[in-house]
Formats: sequence, C-alpha cells, structure tokens
Amino acid sequence: MTEKNIPLWEVFIRSRTGLAHRHAGSVHAADAEMALQNARDVYTRRGEGLSIWVVPSHVITASDPADRDSLFEPTASKIYRHPSFYDVPEEVGHM
Amino acid sequence: MYTQALNVKDTALPAADPQREARFQARIDAEEKIEPNDWMPDGYRQTLVRQIAQHAHSEIVGMHPEGNWITRAPSLKRKVALLAKVQDEGGHGLYLYSAAETLGVSREELVEQLLDGRQKYSSIFNYPTMTWADVGVIGWLVDGAAIMNQIPLCRCSFGPYARAMIRICKEESFHQRQGYEIMVALCRDGTPAQKAMAQDALNRWWWPVLMMFGPSDQDSQHTDKSMRWKIKRFTNDELRRKFVDATVPQGRYLGLTFPDPDLKFDETTGHWAFGAIDWSEFRRVVSGDGPCNRQRLRQRKRAHERGAWVRAAVLAHAAKRRAREQAAAGVAAE
Repeated sequence: MTEKNIPLWEVFIRSRTGLAHRHAGSVHAADAEMALQNARDVYTRRGEGLSIWVVPSHVITASDPADRDSLFEPTASKIYRHPSFYDVPEEVGHM
Repeated sequence: MYTQALNVKDTALPAADPQREARFQARIDAEEKIEPNDWMPDGYRQTLVRQIAQHAHSEIVGMHPEGNWITRAPSLKRKVALLAKVQDEGGHGLYLYSAAETLGVSREELVEQLLDGRQKYSSIFNYPTMTWADVGVIGWLVDGAAIMNQIPLCRCSFGPYARAMIRICKEESFHQRQGYEIMVALCRDGTPAQKAMAQDALNRWWWPVLMMFGPSDQDSQHTDKSMRWKIKRFTNDELRRKFVDATVPQGRYLGLTFPDPDLKFDETTGHWAFGAIDWSEFRRVVSGDGPCNRQRLRQRKRAHERGAWVRAAVLAHAAKRRAREQAAAGVAAE
C-alpha cells in the first residue's frame, strides 16, 4: 500500500426536530468539511435528516462488551429506582 | 447476488475455542445480534468480511452496466430515474464497505482486493447491456432477485450488516418498480419492435439471473455453517424458487415468454417448475471468463488510478490547513 489511507468518520443524523442524533454509519474523508458533504450524499438522499454530526472514528471510546455484566448488571437489582416499586393507595388514583 | 461469496471455501483458521464458540452460538440461537466489539469465531469474521465485501463490490461494479445507458435514456424522466438508481447503487456500496470495516478490514484493502481479483462481485454484472430493454430487465429481474436475497439479510446475525441491509431494501424497491415500468411501456404500450426488444432482453438475462442465487444446494459449500450462524436464512434453491414463483406471473402480464421449455406450473407443489441451469456457464463467468469480466475490472482500475491525484490532493489540502491552524494557535499562545 503506497497511498495514505483516508480517515474514517462516524455519522450521526437527526431525522426530525425534537429527536436526538442517531448513528447512521461511517464515511471516509480527508477533513471535517468533506466528511459532512460525503455524509449528506451517502446517508440523506431521501430526506432522512435535518442535521448531521461527523466525528473522527478514532476519538470514540467504547465500553468493552466483556465488561457488560460488571457495568450494567448492578442496575437490574435496584428495583427501587423504578416507580412501580412504590405503592400508592388506590383511592388516590393515578400518580 | 449478493450471497455468492457464501459459496466459497474458507482458508485455514487458527485453533478453535470450543467454550467461547458454544457461548457465541447460544447468543445466535437466541436471536441476539452480534456487534463489532463482541467476541466471534475467526470463521464467522472471515465469512462476513468476504460476504459483505463481495456484496459491496457488486453494488459498485453494478453501476457500470446501467451507467452505460444514462446518456442514451429515451426521455428526461427515464434519465433522472436511472441517474438516481445508479447513485443509489454507489451509496449501497458505501454502506456495505462501512459495515465490513467494523470487522477490522480497511476500505483501501477491500478496494485493492477487488482490483487484483482476490475478491469477487456478483456474476450477473459480467453480462452486457445491449439495448434500452436491458435497463428495464435489470431493474425488474436483477433488482428483483437482489431483493429476494437481501430481505432475509435484514435479519442477519451481524448487527452492522443487518442495519445496512434494512436501509438498502427500502431503497431497492424503487429500482425494481422503475424497471418493471420500463417493461410495461415497451411490452404493453410499445410498438411490435419495442416488444421484440424486450423479449430479446428477457431471453438473454433469464438464465444468468437464476444463477445469481448461487449453486444448487447439493453443490453449495458452507451453506450449513452460514445458516447455523444466521448469516443466511434460506438456501440458494429456496430463494431461487421463491423468485421464479413471484416473477413468472409478472412476465406473463407483459405478454413475454420465458426461454425455458420446461417451465410449467406444478399443481401438486403449487410452485413453478423450471429447467436445468447450465452451471458450466456460471463457473466460467465466476472464474473470470464471462462476456464483460475484463472490461468491468479494467474500468474499475482506470477509475481508481484516475482518482489517485484527487485522493492525494484532498489529503495534502487537509494537512496544509491543519498545519496553518496549529501555527496560528502557536502564535496566539505566545
């Protein structure tokens, strides 16, 4: 490989006002401006978006799937964090 | 098409890890999606890289036969539709390359492997588009067969591939409908000469389209494994049969005949029975000796070489701007 690789960017798209940006895929581009243009061409050909974020893939830090149990399991036992854990007298009605 | 790469033998793999493989298989059996950072057997990774890359390459090379007709489309309406379709194929290639890259292979490696022939694209794109009716037949049959193949891939066990396929299937429906509309215009509203052109196109494309689904189940390598890993949900023969059942009535509506004297409806099975496929032609085309193999690869190589200065220029431009920004930040700090 004699050519230099063109950097990878992750693409996030807001599909409608009021919704969060959501991961759509990735594109290759030399800089942020071209990454935005490529993302527009590749991921929004049919009105899929109102706003695009592009982020260099190498700056994303992800949790390790092997740590899934130690990271997320403890929340399963904390049922007192959910409204259904608490009793409200029926006479009071919906709360 | 698009799953022809699932019919190829794996290369030697490192020693297996039975415990982890059993846990992995249990996740697959429970219909859990596998994501890029999850542990996966090397064979699964290798099969998917080959399969997704072949699919991506097919989309990219698939732009050539139709691109051939953009400047000669018979009306502005047909021209904008064809342009949009060819642009979609390019987009589909890019979604798929991005899915393959999550498995740890770079875009540059994938392109290199297409250009030097180590990775394949679908056999169907090695046939020429001789007349305008071929553009109609490609939309109707080639995209129709692709949809048949791709809908089950939306439920593929590998998350990024499944998500790319959902997006692709939504867009592919327009491709098939615009193709069939071209066929209706030629066959039902056209002159006898136009209808004859449509019949000629169907005669040339029918068998190659049936070959798109890949070898018959008895001869297909590794169908079992791909099914067990839920990369593939139906066998080649199952998909081919579904496609024939869906397509024959559409062809009859056009008043066309299929170039298969053995094609007949079987009352007992409820399916259309069709004649024997010439697998020697399929093997010849896959191994590089179809009507357009050399031309397609030559065009891809030329496009890649002619784009080299653009890739170098954008990288140089980005580096120059970064250096300027850093210099300016340095001055501001002082």
